[in-house]
Amino acid sequence: MTAKPRKTPQRRKKERKNAKRILITGNEACGEGAIQAGCKFYAGYPITPQNELTAYMSKRMDEVGGVFIQAESELAAISMVFGASVTGARAITSSSSPGISLKQEGISYLAGCELPAVIVNIMRGGPGLGNIGPSQADYFQATKGGGHGDYHTVVLAPASCQEMFDFTRCAFDIADRYRTPVMMLGDGILGQMMEPITITHGRRTTDDGRRTKKWALTGCKGRKPNKIRSLLLKEGELEEFNRKLEKKYDLIRKKEVRFEKYRTEDAGVILVAYGTSSRIARACVNTLREKKIKAGLFRPKTLWPFPYEALKSLDKGKTRFLVIEMSAGQMLEDAMLAVEDKKRVHFHGRTGGGVPTEEEIAEKVLSFKA
Amino acid sequence: MKKHIVFKKPEAMTDAVTHYCAGCGHGIIHRLLSEVIDELGVREKTIGVAPVGCAVIAYDYWNFDVTEAAHGRTPAVATGIKRALPTRVVFTYQGDGDLAAIGTAEIIHAANRGENITVIFVNNGVYGMTGGQMAPTTTVGQATATTRKGRAVKRDGFPLKISEMIALLPGARFLERTSVHSPKEILKTKRAFKKAFEIQIKGEGFSMVEVLSMCPTYWGLSSVDSCKRIEQEVTKAYPLKVLKG
Repeated sequence: MTAKPRKTPQRRKKERKNAKRILITGNEACGEGAIQAGCKFYAGYPITPQNELTAYMSKRMDEVGGVFIQAESELAAISMVFGASVTGARAITSSSSPGISLKQEGISYLAGCELPAVIVNIMRGGPGLGNIGPSQADYFQATKGGGHGDYHTVVLAPASCQEMFDFTRCAFDIADRYRTPVMMLGDGILGQMMEPITITHGRRTTDDGRRTKKWALTGCKGRKPNKIRSLLLKEGELEEFNRKLEKKYDLIRKKEVRFEKYRTEDAGVILVAYGTSSRIARACVNTLREKKIKAGLFRPKTLWPFPYEALKSLDKGKTRFLVIEMSAGQMLEDAMLAVEDKKRVHFHGRTGGGVPTEEEIAEKVLSFKA
Repeated sequence: MKKHIVFKKPEAMTDAVTHYCAGCGHGIIHRLLSEVIDELGVREKTIGVAPVGCAVIAYDYWNFDVTEAAHGRTPAVATGIKRALPTRVVFTYQGDGDLAAIGTAEIIHAANRGENITVIFVNNGVYGMTGGQMAPTTTVGQATATTRKGRAVKRDGFPLKISEMIALLPGARFLERTSVHSPKEILKTKRAFKKAFEIQIKGEGFSMVEVLSMCPTYWGLSSVDSCKRIEQEVTKAYPLKVLKG
């Protein structure tokens, strides 16, 4: 399985020519990204703080002649997405933390059946019912499994409304390219904030991409019947399949890592953060730089595959890393794996809906110098 | 000399040898379904959704596109397929656990939305695949792996009349309960299947056929006595009739 080529310069030029600039919430930007990816199937269930996305899809799917289903539960919604995906259609569902817990079974099945799909998690405070504040405490769930079995979900971490649009669009391409579920990991702030974004019109919305999906179930006319299943009972069969999945994940690890380095070239302190935390961290980097402190930001854009090597390459031997999360410390573990010297990896987090402040982060950084 | 075929394997079935127990109803029901698909000429546009249960590997027996589904989510998967490809013939094939226990919400809501799919509900009042535990449709007094002394209303509740419940929904267009315990009932089941699929093809809405089936292994009866049990006992809790349409 090879990765398809990225956009050609001609295509990029055409997209820029047709671009439109609008003010929009992150949730809606995500939905529009799906529409521009030619996605014509959404199933979801209301849950705060992503209800704007569900409502937006009910409107937009109507406009583009797509399918919108308000399902009876998040459980049903992910299986509806499974069904649509089985036919080769691009399909998306969205929810927030407790609802994403419900979807884990379905995500495992998507991975086991090698079906493409996009799942959006606009994280909120947990565990349990928690609250509707922003959170990044589903990192483990997203990147270390969540559902049962040996599989991985590609996890994208947008940090702006523009990225909510861009990454969602891209998510469908990744999902189709590797026949695998892809998760967009946002949070309540990202979902509900409004920013201006540029909408580039990509894939024509009439293109359902089905032609290239030879494995899809479309009715067996003109070919042998297809079978979609993850149950492999014969001796050795399931192990062999798991090895095949591992090869796929190795390829994704090689080809799909994305990250951003901000003012890291001469930095003695690297802030490591994604999503909303990275915006606060970025502002803090600028403030610290004004105070002549050489701080930088390393921002993973893919949480799985995690950019271990890129992060490690920033370590000059005495570099300190400060991981900032809206959690009790989840990405922290991956940062420690990357850097290997745990003593130089520090953490600042707020949890249960709390949001880190620039001042807290700056105070922590200044304490290193002491 | 020209051969006159009086009986043959339906085109919609593969050559695989099924794994079902002697006296099980699945073999008959698979066949009836396949004959109807052949007779309606829709094999090449049929997409089936297999359950979790004894029929979990039904996709090995059917010669058309089939997918698995997470246990109970079968009608949700079928909803996704039918909405994405409305011109295909989409059906689910579910047992009493898949449909009436873990999948209760999904079947009710698929019917309530009037999804234009066909549901084949195989009701043998027990969980065969996992070793004969109680099902929602196990009858009062019936002994199973989890009701050793027989289903007791106080502890285990009543047999769930899920089809009667679904018949109340305006979105449900056609519901019939049939059986495969005798040649007469087998023919009725085939007619019910045909009607259900015709309703889907005409775009008239949600159709479901509940088929009372035998499980000699976990009823602890011979194949012949299992058929008698349906006739004499099961039909009292689950009467054979058209429930709607």
